[in-house]
Amino acid sequence: MHMLEVKEIHKSYGSCEVLKGISFTVDKDETKVIIGTSGTGKSTLLKCINQIDPPDKGEVWLDGEELTNLSTDMNRIRQKIGFVFQDFNLFNHLTALQNVSIGLEKVKKIEKEKAKARAFDELKNVGLEKQAGQYPAQLSGGQKQRVGIARALAMDPVIILFDEPTSALDPELIGDVLDVMKSLAGKVAMLIVTHEMGFARNVADEIIFMEGGNIIESGSPEKMFNNANKERTREFLGRISCLYGKE
Amino acid sequence: MVLLGINNLINNLPFLFEGLGVTILLTLISVALATLFGILLAMGRCYGRQPLPFIIYIYEKVFRGLPLLVIFFLIYFGLSQQGIHLKAFYAAVIGLVLHSTAYQIQIFRSAISAVPDGQKTAAMSLGMSKLKTIYYIITPQVLRFSIPGWSNEFTILLKDSSIAFSIGVVELMARGDAINSMNPEGILYVLLFIAFLYFILVFSINRGLNYLEKRYRISGYAATSVR
Ligand SMILES: Nc1ncnc2c1ncn2[C@@H]1O[C@H](COP(=O)(O)OP(=O)(O)OP(=O)(O)O)[C@@H](O)[C@H]1O
Ligand SMILES: [Mg+2]
Repeated sequence: MHMLEVKEIHKSYGSCEVLKGISFTVDKDETKVIIGTSGTGKSTLLKCINQIDPPDKGEVWLDGEELTNLSTDMNRIRQKIGFVFQDFNLFNHLTALQNVSIGLEKVKKIEKEKAKARAFDELKNVGLEKQAGQYPAQLSGGQKQRVGIARALAMDPVIILFDEPTSALDPELIGDVLDVMKSLAGKVAMLIVTHEMGFARNVADEIIFMEGGNIIESGSPEKMFNNANKERTREFLGRISCLYGKE
Repeated sequence: MVLLGINNLINNLPFLFEGLGVTILLTLISVALATLFGILLAMGRCYGRQPLPFIIYIYEKVFRGLPLLVIFFLIYFGLSQQGIHLKAFYAAVIGLVLHSTAYQIQIFRSAISAVPDGQKTAAMSLGMSKLKTIYYIITPQVLRFSIPGWSNEFTILLKDSSIAFSIGVVELMARGDAINSMNPEGILYVLLFIAFLYFILVFSINRGLNYLEKRYRISGYAATSVR
C-alpha cells in the first residue's frame, strides 16, 4: 500500500477545469518533484491533497484513510501533512519560536515548556537558534522560509508539501533553504513543486511533469533529463534547465 | 463677577461630579457593548454565510446614516408611544450602542482584512479548526490593528454621550444646564469647567490607548503598513 495515493483528481473553478484527472502516489520517505508551467494547477493540486480546497472528483488517500471522504476529520489528518508556502505565511504577531510551537501547544496540546523546547530544537536544526525571539518582519526571506519548514517539521508530519518554497527568495538566499530540504530527503516524504532543476536532479526520486491540468510524463531524474519519452517534456526541461539549472 | 462665577462653580462641584459619574458610566457601558457587537458582527460580515453579511451591511448603512439625536428620540419617545417605556439612561445606552456598533463593524472589518489570507491557510494546514484559527491567529492581530480606529471611536462616543441630555439623562451636560437655569450668573465658568472635564477624559483615553498600541506593536512591523 502506498502512503499517499492521489486518484483521478478533478478540480474546476467556474467553467475552467484546472485539474483534469491527476493520479500518482508517494511512498514513505520518498521525494517527488512536480514541475510545469505557470497556471498548470500545481498549487491547486497541493491544496486538493490536504483538502484546503477539496477536489470536485477523485480520491486522496493517506495511510489507508480516505481524505476526500467528508466524514474524515481533516483537522486531525492535517497535522500529519506539513505545508510550506511560496510566500511563507508566517504568523506575524508571533516570534519565530512561537510560530513553531503554536501548533504543538494548541493543536497537539503539548505542555507549554515541552512545546517550546521542541520548537527550539527545530529552529536549531534549520540554523535559526539565534533568531528564535525575532518576529517575521525582522527576518530575511530565507530565514522566514526556514521558520516555515521548522513549523511544518515540529508537527512530526509523514509528508510535507512544498509549493515553490524558493521562488520568492533572492538568489543568494535560495541555497540555505535548499540545503535544509536536502537534509530532509529520505527522512520524511516530500512532494515539492519547484523550478530548481539542480535540486530536482540531485534529490528527487521521481519528477512529475504537469501541463494543462494533466500529468504529461513522470520518471526518475535520470530518465526525465536524458531520455524523456515525450517531445514536450524534453522541450520544457531544456528550457527550464537553462533558466534554473545552476546549482 | 469673576469671583461670583468661581464661587458658583465651587458650590456646584459635587453636583457636577455626580453628572460626570453618569457620563462615565454611560460611556463605559455603551463602549463595551458596542465593541463586543462590533467584533461579532464584523466576523459575521467577513466569515458568515449569506444572507448574514448582507443583513449586517444594511444595518451598518442605516445606522451610519442617522443622526444620533434622531436615534435617541426614536428609541425614547417613539417606543414610548408604542407602549414600551424605557428609562432615559437605558434608552441612551441602546442608542449609543446601535450607533457606535455600526461604526465599529467598519473598524474591525478593515482590521480583519489586514490579516493576510495565507495565515488562515497556514493555521488550518497545521490542523487548527476554524475557531482556533480565529482565536489564536486572526483575533490577536485584528485587535492590534484596530487600536487606533477604536480609540478614536471611544472618544467620539464619550463626546456623543452628551446628547443623551436631550432625552433627560442627568449626565454632565444636563447638570450644566440645570445650574444655568437655577443660577445663570457665572455660567461661563461652569461650562468651561465641563469642557475641561471632557477634554481631560478624551486626552487620557488617547494617552492610555496610545501606550497600549506601542506596547503591543508587532516588532519590525511598521504601523503604516497596516493602515
Ligand atoms: N481560487 C481560485 N479561483 C479561481 N481560479 C483559480 C483559483 N485558484 C487558481 N485558479 C486558477 O487555476 C489555474 C491554476 O492555478 P494554480 O495556482 O494551481 O497554478 P500553478 O501551476 O500553481 O501556477 P504557478 O506556477 O504560477 O504557481 C490558474 O489558471 C488560476 O487562475
Ligand atoms: Mg502555484
